[in-house]
Amino acid sequence: MKRDAAKSLRAFAAELAIYAVLVTGYFFLVLHVLGGWLFRLETQHRVLYAFVAILLIAGQAVLLDAIATLLFRLVRGRSR
Amino acid sequence: MFFPISNSHINPVYLVVVGFVIGILGGFFGVGGSFIAGPALRLMGVDWNYAVGTDLAHIVGKSIVAARKHRSLGNVDLKLGLIMAVGTIGGAEGGAQLIQALKRAGNVNSVVSWVAIVVYVGISVFMLWESHKTLKLHKGRTVKDAGSKADHSAFGPVTKKIQGTNIWPMISLPTSGIQISLWIILAVAVVGGFFSGFLGGGAGYIRMPSMVYVLGVPTHLAVGTDLFEIVISASYGTFTHAIKGNVDILIALVMHTGAVIGAQIGVVATQYFAGPKIRLAFVPLPLIGAAIVIYTLVTGHKL
Repeated sequence: MKRDAAKSLRAFAAELAIYAVLVTGYFFLVLHVLGGWLFRLETQHRVLYAFVAILLIAGQAVLLDAIATLLFRLVRGRSR
Repeated sequence: MFFPISNSHINPVYLVVVGFVIGILGGFFGVGGSFIAGPALRLMGVDWNYAVGTDLAHIVGKSIVAARKHRSLGNVDLKLGLIMAVGTIGGAEGGAQLIQALKRAGNVNSVVSWVAIVVYVGISVFMLWESHKTLKLHKGRTVKDAGSKADHSAFGPVTKKIQGTNIWPMISLPTSGIQISLWIILAVAVVGGFFSGFLGGGAGYIRMPSMVYVLGVPTHLAVGTDLFEIVISASYGTFTHAIKGNVDILIALVMHTGAVIGAQIGVVATQYFAGPKIRLAFVPLPLIGAAIVIYTLVTGHKL
């Protein structure tokens, strides 16, 4: 029982570490690429910005959820 | 890191950690977590209008992740969620209009603060009483029962009476296992939406308990359906706030990276707790909100 708990804790820590590296790279890339464009959009075309904002957050939700789920499966599969 | 839209400097690690904590709360309780996110952004010097709008955008992303997970566990009643979304949007407009009227009268801060304290403390006290009484009545429940969607509540007899109110049209909700008047569903949604527009955030702290106690939806389904409904109503809120220049989507995107992991942990955790225990654990959340409001009233700080 204790061994199982330690195993799943180790797997979870590995998942978090891999996810953290991926996400750090991701948001530096995204913010660097999109930052200036979104700032201009927000000041010049508010309605378009509103649509883009919702699309971005929804898109990121689906993408990161898929990555996190895949990562969980991969790491847990290896730890078994 | 500099965020040009809201003209603020914030450490991205701080945003990710805040998102992570709110993600866990959202996945487990079905709440947006605005009572933490708003003050957390304010603490970093983000203007209040940006804190409110950006928090809504972040709620959309976090709720999509948590609602998808809950759906895969069979915890989302789509029909109920869609009906409630209509009422919530209507109620939110009403709440926002009342805020505008109070602004014109010049006493918006004190009225909203006192209403918030009364509502938050009232919900906590009621849920503490109900979940404690239910747990006492069903002391024999085992851990094995925790995953079951069937729920018990000491408030059950009142809920049964509400469900028995026969006002046309009666709506059948097979996923939740109830039949209830459309008007009662809409009334619950309008009240939740009203408080969302009046007190800010997604008002999950009102909607989730209302779904359990008034509509009689099992707690696991109330959490999942509330999250699904929050996706629709928070998207609407994000859109209107973005048009008014109150959304820094870059901050929301960074916060959301932490929320993705937190939401997954929160959703999985619901499988290990029975409904009354989830409701009992929910009790401190509105009290945290009340404590923040009391702090701002006493010290005069605008968190």
